[in-house]
Amino acid sequence: MDFSLNEVQMMLADSIEKFLENDYDFDTRQEYAASDAGYSKEVWQTFAELGWLAVPFSEEDGGFDGGPIDIMVVMQLFGKGLIVEPYLANVVMAGGVLKRAATAAQKERWLQPMIAGELQTALAFAEPQGRYDVANIVTTAKADGDGWVIDGKKSMVFNGGNADLLVVPARTSGAQSDADGISLFAVAADDDGVAVQAYPTVDGHHAADVELQNVRVGADALLGDTDRAFDVLDAVMDEATLAVCAEAIGIMQVLKDKTIAYSKERVQFGVPIGSFQALQHRMVDMLTDCEQSQSLLMWATMVNAEGGAEAKRGVSSIKYQVGTAGRKLGEEAVQLHGGMGVTWELDVAHYFKRLIAIGQIFGNADWHLDKLAA
Amino acid sequence: MNVTFSEQERAFRDEVRAFFRDKFPPDIKDKQDRGIPLERDDFIRFQKCLHEQGWAGINWPVEYGGTGWTPVQKYIFVTEMAEANAPEIIPFGLSMVGPVIYTFGNEEQKQRFLPDILASNVWWCQGYSEPGSGSDLASLKTRADLAGDHYVVNGTKTWTTLGQHADWIFLLARTSTDVARKQEGISFLLADMKTPGITIKPIITIEGSHEVNEVHFENVEVPIENLVGEEGKGWTYGKVLLQHERTNIAGVARSKFRLKKLKEQARLPVHGAEPLANDLHFMRKVAAVGVELRALEYTELRTLAAVKSGKAPGPESSILKIKGTEIQQALDALFMEAAGYYALPYVPGQFVPGYRQDSWVGHGDEAKTALKYFNYRKASIYGGSNEIQKNIISKHVLGL
Repeated sequence: MDFSLNEVQMMLADSIEKFLENDYDFDTRQEYAASDAGYSKEVWQTFAELGWLAVPFSEEDGGFDGGPIDIMVVMQLFGKGLIVEPYLANVVMAGGVLKRAATAAQKERWLQPMIAGELQTALAFAEPQGRYDVANIVTTAKADGDGWVIDGKKSMVFNGGNADLLVVPARTSGAQSDADGISLFAVAADDDGVAVQAYPTVDGHHAADVELQNVRVGADALLGDTDRAFDVLDAVMDEATLAVCAEAIGIMQVLKDKTIAYSKERVQFGVPIGSFQALQHRMVDMLTDCEQSQSLLMWATMVNAEGGAEAKRGVSSIKYQVGTAGRKLGEEAVQLHGGMGVTWELDVAHYFKRLIAIGQIFGNADWHLDKLAA
Repeated sequence: MNVTFSEQERAFRDEVRAFFRDKFPPDIKDKQDRGIPLERDDFIRFQKCLHEQGWAGINWPVEYGGTGWTPVQKYIFVTEMAEANAPEIIPFGLSMVGPVIYTFGNEEQKQRFLPDILASNVWWCQGYSEPGSGSDLASLKTRADLAGDHYVVNGTKTWTTLGQHADWIFLLARTSTDVARKQEGISFLLADMKTPGITIKPIITIEGSHEVNEVHFENVEVPIENLVGEEGKGWTYGKVLLQHERTNIAGVARSKFRLKKLKEQARLPVHGAEPLANDLHFMRKVAAVGVELRALEYTELRTLAAVKSGKAPGPESSILKIKGTEIQQALDALFMEAAGYYALPYVPGQFVPGYRQDSWVGHGDEAKTALKYFNYRKASIYGGSNEIQKNIISKHVLGL
């Protein structure tokens, strides 16, 4: 039992911290978020050059052999920096599928360019009727000659508007919510019949709804085995959930620190508001929630890195924590900042929005609590 | 980062598990499993078992007879102890006054007191709170006036847990009133409970049991060699003691054991009815406590990993106290909720030795759940109330 980072992880953290300090202040972030793509291509190239896009891939695939703990390190710091670049969509989600299911030839075609920062990718994990159940898929892929024809609708595809490559789960057999009968396909965004409706989201990120009408793909578009893709999808969603929880806890720590600092500066009735006991105890609760969440994040990430029996409980526990303690902490941060907390101008408001958005995706608190209660 | 135990840690776990299987007196285990309160002798016999194994001073440095265990070993030990449903180690000697004496006492005091604490030959109790000073502990009024080679102590201490069993008491008393801050001029004294002038009076708590007491001091002569450390510096020593106390009362391992029992109990069919586990609303509450508890388990491990063996953790220990007691109380409420009507019978006699089990009221031990629920409302009040803990964190951690 050991809670310390290894040397590689410490170097990784160190380089991200330097980047945040020197190259990614809040105003810069807002500029990137407001751009058409919703992120900076220049920054993305920097990520590629620094090797951050290679973190969770095997050496064979051109990666650093990192696992969930390395992703935790990256994402927690990205939370602190309120990064809008599509790391989750590319590296954790689409990359997560490719590293598990793609053949050597497919990896060379899609994964390596993604790691090099040359190809934008996205995983179309959700459908309009599916709510949080990733097995709820009505999009179909039907065998056609030696290829496939795909039809259906996908919602909230993170980075969908920028993606050159869409990784699309589709039903090749079975009923609507069956785990069996799901297959994964690599679809080029410019293939005939692919319509992408991109939009910004409330947290400064970008996503898209994707409609697939009579989209023909070749046999080489199939990623992994026919009908047996659920386990891959499920493992990727667990990693993605842990990743956004790490991001959320980075955000919580920033909100807590900013609130305490503000309470020492803001003078009302002739004294700093931090001298009021009614507010002090609420800030202590914020600290407690940060510490408890950090502990849970470390536990959840470790049991997933080790793949033990508690891995699923880990994912649901930390996501529930983020959805409950995270929401409470975010709302308190806004409340304690007073009127300024509800302005577009203040960074706190944007940290808060991202925190709440994370609570809303990949299963909310109730959804995960039900898994734990079962 | 990893959560797995090393080979040595697994071997240690097996050793501890075997100890509780083979050396833990069966009659005490039986009482524990049936929820029968332990008597003085039961506690002492259990602690002497630990001592014979060399495991009494869990947090003590090796030079004073402690285990010198790593934080992970301590974690394994308390986890296995809870899993065995072993009694709590009475904290007043081993966890409270012991560390104060080995940290601040003189050589003569260490030799005189520490071996008997370690061997559980002497039962200690705590003289901190007073009728007029609870959370505002430094406002204490008990006086210790120097008269030649001894102090004359006058005053009243209260909430003295299991003081009816105690041989000795450690107390905070005012040795000077000529001070700038009320935290100054307080001294840390040790007194034999048989000293003339000490009388003890029971306080019956909300659920009807005798656990705590008032201790009166009337012209009690305490020899000057029973002063620990410097005169007037008792507040500093007392605070260290309280930090030890706060981590001890987080009770993570015991809460884990109880959560497991609660889930087991919820799955039992009762008189043909559906098990409570089918009630998703109830099970959600259980699951939510489970998440809090898991988080606290790792918060405690992180805190302990940061603290060197034998030293008290810093003000962060207040977080453990707050969360630990909140979780204990949440579990108490859930056990009582699970018991339904049968939480209500009040037959204190059924929890004393010799009561016929077949004439228990209810299905088993449900009636205990209410008593425990009411009794454990104390948890968020003692050891410095949870509101006081928040003041401590606010001042010493957040700098507000």
